[in-house]
Amino acid sequence: MESVVHNPHRWPPEGLGRVPYWVYTDPEVYALEQTRIFSGPYWNYVALEAEIPKSGDFVRSHVGERPVIVVRDKSGALNVMLNRCAHRGVQFCRANWGNTRSFTCPYHQWTYDLKGNLTGVPFRRGVNGNGGMPEDFDPSQNGLTRLQVAARHGVIFASFDSAAPPLEEYLGPAMLPYFDRVFDGRELRVLGYSRQRIQANWKLMFENIKDPYHASLLHVFLVTFGLFRADQPSAVKMDSSGMHCVLTSSKGEQQLNATTKEMKNFRADFKLNDPRLLDPVREFPGADTVVMQTLWPNIIIQQQSNTLAMRHLVPRGPELFDLMWTFFGYANDTPEMTQRRLRQANLMGPAGLVSIDDGEVMEFSQQGVRQRPGGAGMLEMGGRGTADQDHMVTEAAIRAFYKHYREVMEL
Amino acid sequence: MTRAQHDLPNFALRLEIEELYTEYAHVLDNGELEQWPEFFTDDCLYQIVSRENRERGLPLALMRCESKAMLTDRVVTIRQTQMFGPRALRHLVSSLRIAPATAEGVDVQANYAVLQTLVDDETRILSAGRYIDTLVRDGDALKFKSRTCVYDTVIVPNSLIYPL
Repeated sequence: MESVVHNPHRWPPEGLGRVPYWVYTDPEVYALEQTRIFSGPYWNYVALEAEIPKSGDFVRSHVGERPVIVVRDKSGALNVMLNRCAHRGVQFCRANWGNTRSFTCPYHQWTYDLKGNLTGVPFRRGVNGNGGMPEDFDPSQNGLTRLQVAARHGVIFASFDSAAPPLEEYLGPAMLPYFDRVFDGRELRVLGYSRQRIQANWKLMFENIKDPYHASLLHVFLVTFGLFRADQPSAVKMDSSGMHCVLTSSKGEQQLNATTKEMKNFRADFKLNDPRLLDPVREFPGADTVVMQTLWPNIIIQQQSNTLAMRHLVPRGPELFDLMWTFFGYANDTPEMTQRRLRQANLMGPAGLVSIDDGEVMEFSQQGVRQRPGGAGMLEMGGRGTADQDHMVTEAAIRAFYKHYREVMEL
Repeated sequence: MTRAQHDLPNFALRLEIEELYTEYAHVLDNGELEQWPEFFTDDCLYQIVSRENRERGLPLALMRCESKAMLTDRVVTIRQTQMFGPRALRHLVSSLRIAPATAEGVDVQANYAVLQTLVDDETRILSAGRYIDTLVRDGDALKFKSRTCVYDTVIVPNSLIYPL
């Protein structure tokens, strides 16, 4: 493939130890990401099956910045189609969710079935012998653009590229056990949605969740209550390509020690007035109490204590993205467990006691990197390599992400 | 008895409720966050819920405080653990609809809009929606037994730091 970006910029000679700031601002880079990454041979998260349990159920979603509809058809099969009429390009589906027998574009009322086949074109044969579509117009060749679909244990992925490998192979042996840890085949129950618009480049969100170094310093709430802190057993693991990653850790105590002394924000004396806010119970096998998994190219799977959420990234331009949160539990949760998850949801989302810090700092980052002439960010914590590490004081997963990114983008 | 005389107790109650809502907005707009839990009963429920979740019958809230103590925890974390840019907020509250008082309390609904001004930016609408409240008398004062803020602004402009 020839390089499409004729960019005066060059990646800094330090290589993996640097990220040039133009990757967060350049419109050409952004356009190429939509083609190479979000329309490439990768599996994009689109929805949970629990959102569309019955035939005819649909939700709107996105693959990259492109709007799609995820729908369960009469046979129970999952379909993902571009939300764009084959006639004149209208984004015809306006409801975020619903149940329907067919989709009709409001403009000229072209109608599609739940697999995206074109089933109705008004006045196709003309009116009183006048007009109509040409004789050779073939509805079967004019349906909605259909995406490849794959699902595992209730999680639905889609791809514009038929060359995407089987989903299990795509996730790979290092990531699949972590995916199956939360999605173990139990029926899921959606608890609700939060949506936020962040004036920053979408990659900053991925970097944030691949960066355990910041968590011990920025997130005073996390470190104070020992939910994620540098002195606790933890690890950063990647798949063989570096595109996917998990951060794992196990809960510690609220105690002053050599590490917490170095965190100037650590609050040894801070106690909750209502401890029900944070009353975690162990529910997954193994020692980890937090597993944050980032799957290329658009999803973060959050398990922090008992709060579970999909964080779906929707780019909206080089300097803007939406973060779509879907909080969930399991259909067989007790009412007490559901209550616990809803209370712990106070930690996450646009008003999250923890995640507010991230939303704010990503906009601060964008405001710093957009100035010209550009510079480059430094990524040398924990060395300059991309191997797995068994501690938090590292930026290895961000380096691995950009190693893969540069290969895909040929930058 | 004239109609006005007949409604005098209701007028007095309406004035009292309007005063409460005015003070509530004043406290939040002026950064007197520590005073905010005092508007609530000990066993209150305070929630900020998207219109989307409410219509879909989904229980998730942006903020969910199940007691006055949890409101205090929210205040303390805003003050001591959260990192965010400085901002000014302005609550506009209008269109109070007051249901007839019962032994359980008074149900009130009101529209709200909260304007937010960040450093280096224009004033924007942070959140628009409606309050769905139940007030009860606690000693001399009316307090919120429950306040649910149902927001139309489903896509939150980044962070919602302070309560609505």
